[in-house]
Amino acid sequence: MRPVYMISGGITKFAKALPQTDFRRMVKDAFDYALADLPSLSREEIDGSVCSYFSDHFTRQLMAGAMVQDYLGLNPKPSRRVEGGGATGGLCFQSAWEAVASGRMEVCLAMGFETMGRVNTWKGNEFIALASDTNFDYPVGGFYTGYYAMMVVRHMHEFGTTVEQMAKVSIKNHLNALYNPYAQRPGRLTIEQVRASQMVSEPLTLLDICQMSEGAAVAILASEEAAQRLGGNPVRVTGVGCGTDAMRMADRPQGKVILLPHESAEEYAGLRYPGVHSFRGGRMAAKLAYGMAGIRDPGEELDFVELHDAYTSSEIQTCEDLGLCRYGEGGRYVDSGAPFLPNLDYGLSFSGEKKWRPLPVNPSGGLLACGHPVGATGLMQAVFAFWQLQGTIGKHLNDATLQLPEPRRGLIHSHAGTGTYITVSILERV
Amino acid sequence: MDKDAKLAENEEGTVLFNTDPIIIKYHYEIDYLHSYAQDSPFFTGLTRRKLLGSRCTSCDRRFATPRGHCMECGAPTEWFELPHEGRVHTFTTCHFGGQAFLKETPFTLIMVEFEGVDTLFLSRLIGARPEEISVGMPVQARFLRNCKFKPTDVYFVPK
Repeated sequence: MRPVYMISGGITKFAKALPQTDFRRMVKDAFDYALADLPSLSREEIDGSVCSYFSDHFTRQLMAGAMVQDYLGLNPKPSRRVEGGGATGGLCFQSAWEAVASGRMEVCLAMGFETMGRVNTWKGNEFIALASDTNFDYPVGGFYTGYYAMMVVRHMHEFGTTVEQMAKVSIKNHLNALYNPYAQRPGRLTIEQVRASQMVSEPLTLLDICQMSEGAAVAILASEEAAQRLGGNPVRVTGVGCGTDAMRMADRPQGKVILLPHESAEEYAGLRYPGVHSFRGGRMAAKLAYGMAGIRDPGEELDFVELHDAYTSSEIQTCEDLGLCRYGEGGRYVDSGAPFLPNLDYGLSFSGEKKWRPLPVNPSGGLLACGHPVGATGLMQAVFAFWQLQGTIGKHLNDATLQLPEPRRGLIHSHAGTGTYITVSILERV
Repeated sequence: MDKDAKLAENEEGTVLFNTDPIIIKYHYEIDYLHSYAQDSPFFTGLTRRKLLGSRCTSCDRRFATPRGHCMECGAPTEWFELPHEGRVHTFTTCHFGGQAFLKETPFTLIMVEFEGVDTLFLSRLIGARPEEISVGMPVQARFLRNCKFKPTDVYFVPK
């Protein structure tokens, strides 16, 4: 394998519905943005693409990826579609990484979209629930928020996590997004507002859950030679990892924690893992990515994280899987203020527990506030991480509030099903 | 050859939501011939008021939600009868859902754990208000008399 760099990226505004543009035009808009941002890069330089979108039901068009390839003027170059539920975008990013790392391509375009506003929300929830076992899960009342609600009820039972801690995640991500013009649902919230919003599946309220979205994102990856030739300000992809688990939450084993280098088996004595409260696939993805990037203690060695917060609860669960804090500490981690941006006033008082180094989680606003056009989401994270590491947030968001000072290394995390496919990728400033 | 050929007009129309851009209603419906395949005996069991799990013939791992082969060692499984009593491992009450289930809201989902069984079973709980449900609560299986050959042919009530 050879080194891989991200050399440009682009996204569209995410919104509940974008009826003025179809999926081809959305990707074209994101693609044109990425091309314009690196003027030395032309379409001719791109050797092929990978396209990600989750649901043929939403698109009502099979082989939509081939139609995007056509619309972007990339025929007859190689292309394929990848799909893996909510992790579709993260898988797409890693598939493009593979194309370059293997030497098959010098420059590969990862492009993704979703058009979820083409059906009503309740129909969209039905489509999403078809990504659960259609023999045993879907017919019982298939509803993903219901599945995640059951997970967090167990997390609360095992570890004492509270709805207020979840609400703080909602406050953080929605407030961060006030400075991100691409975001779908920015806002300044209080714990009371989060708890008082419509109850969807107890204990998750409307403000604990991301929305249906439309939008597109692209990430362009290149070999070292191509990155040097094309100039600009490339960022290196230093680690990729992927993990999996049973589609049916009911099948989760209750065994031993998969340990990261900074953890020991003794600290998890008695914890039945992953149960329904943790994501074994997320831990596996992190372990593999950390191994490749040479990270031993992620809480100390990462500068920011863009993770798949489809639910406030899954952000807390994921911080544990990624080893930012120990299993069971996710709620206290939020209380401590560590994952919040130090330059913003969230209207919250933090516990100030000094156990964890400040490490902004979802500085972009995450899925909760940016939206979750599934096939684009994992690539959106790559684009925000790329801009953070380049130091160009101010240029791209027309506001430098979210720009971290001198970030060196960031993590992106994409997540599907009930933790069924999960990807973790590490990006580093060159 | 008929140079005056003309399609017959009819009075069918299109449901139009918007004109800029044009947004029309497009109906889509499908009937699948869905086979439960190797899971079929579970559904037959429900018609006889039996809750069938599967047990690995090699490592003896026991699955409350059946599967034809063991997820740990890959060996074939055999059927065994689960008890009709279990405990709530976790739960939620859904006030919203997919279109197919909207008319049933609010409904309560539980994951049931059974003594001596390694995995869980997703089901509905009735007969308890949300505030009356807790982790560890004992529950009892009930079966529909008029079977639908769906996993909802079994449901649970407080024991």
